[in-house]
Amino acid sequence: MAAEAPNASEYIVHHLTHLTNKSQIAIIDMSVINFDTLFWSILMGLTGCIVMWSVARSVTSGVPGRFQAGVELLVEMVNEQARSIIPVEESRKFVAPLAMTVFVWVALMNSLDFLPVDLPSKILALTGLDHSIHFHRIVPTADLNGTLGMALGVLTLMIYYNIKIKHASGFIHELFCAPFGSHPLLWPANLLLNLIEYVAKTVSLGMRLFGNMYAGELIFMLIALLGATATWWGFGLHLVAGTVWAIFHILIVLLQAFIFMMLTLVYVGQAHEGH
Amino acid sequence: MYLNATFIAQMVVFFILGWFTMKFVWPPLMKALDDRAKKIADGLEAAEQGKQALDASSRQAADEVDKARNRAAEIISQAEKRSVQMIEEAKGAAREEGNREKAAAKAEIDQEAGRAREALRDQVAALVVAGAEKILRREINAQAHTELLSQLKKEI
Repeated sequence: MAAEAPNASEYIVHHLTHLTNKSQIAIIDMSVINFDTLFWSILMGLTGCIVMWSVARSVTSGVPGRFQAGVELLVEMVNEQARSIIPVEESRKFVAPLAMTVFVWVALMNSLDFLPVDLPSKILALTGLDHSIHFHRIVPTADLNGTLGMALGVLTLMIYYNIKIKHASGFIHELFCAPFGSHPLLWPANLLLNLIEYVAKTVSLGMRLFGNMYAGELIFMLIALLGATATWWGFGLHLVAGTVWAIFHILIVLLQAFIFMMLTLVYVGQAHEGH
Repeated sequence: MYLNATFIAQMVVFFILGWFTMKFVWPPLMKALDDRAKKIADGLEAAEQGKQALDASSRQAADEVDKARNRAAEIISQAEKRSVQMIEEAKGAAREEGNREKAAAKAEIDQEAGRAREALRDQVAALVVAGAEKILRREINAQAHTELLSQLKKEI
């Protein structure tokens, strides 16, 4: 933090700057990497996976404990959705577990939004790490790289299953001959529409989650600014608005995780359908 | 809102986590769920069978009870019949015994009466002889008159 108190826009900009290996100037720069996004996303992924793994290791088909019952509920929910969306069992063997991981992982990453927005920087300041770690954002899904990375993973899966189910020839035939028809004059239109469809699916999948979480984080910061006015009304509004928004955000966190999971399943399921 | 190499790394993490779940988390959980579903199905089936067995055995038990009740009623009616019969028999035997006693008593009475009559006849004969002796005022030769006396006795 700067020695003197930052003004509101400096505060927001500071909170929205990633911890990177070097500051980024161009919109797209592949030599830059966001350490904070990666650190928290991997930590949350490991947490979710290890918790589920610990349940899976001690799982019993007899009377389940409460925690096991909870995880089983999740497994059953994802499995039911996968079964109704993806017709091929061989594909479900990978996509259903992936969908569950995505749900747990995204929910955990989104939940980092509930941590007070100033907590990470305060901890860094207290431990003296703020000299080397000046910027830090802890919500990986409020970083477009985090959500687009997962969306690209889903795109990869779509292409993989398209080729696996319809073979390369079938996939290419579909790219050129659907949806309008197989007349050669229609090929460019078909291809263009299909490309737009794939890009739109991927971008909307990543943008939807990113937008929700980014907006949520920004509103938390604005609410924190109310408290920063150091007045009674600011304190009261901070308390009330913070509480209301945090409760509403619980819904968004889980809903967005569920939507991401369902769209993963739906998009992979669509890759199994032939035209 | 910059795009950089982070999303490539995120994509790799995405697949690694999916692979981990597919390998280590999903199969044991699905197996447990399937096993439990099977257990429950087996349990329900066993319960259904048990219920059917219970129904069958309660029906059988009811049959047995009915049979036993009928048999008991039969036995009771037989016993009643038999008791009536026994009473009748006892009555007959008693009546017969009474008759026999009566006949024996009558015979004895007759005998006693005969004996008394005989004794009376002897006494009367003795009295007659004594009377006759007194009348004749002499000794009668008993031997000479025995025949006469016994004839006289018979006539009395």
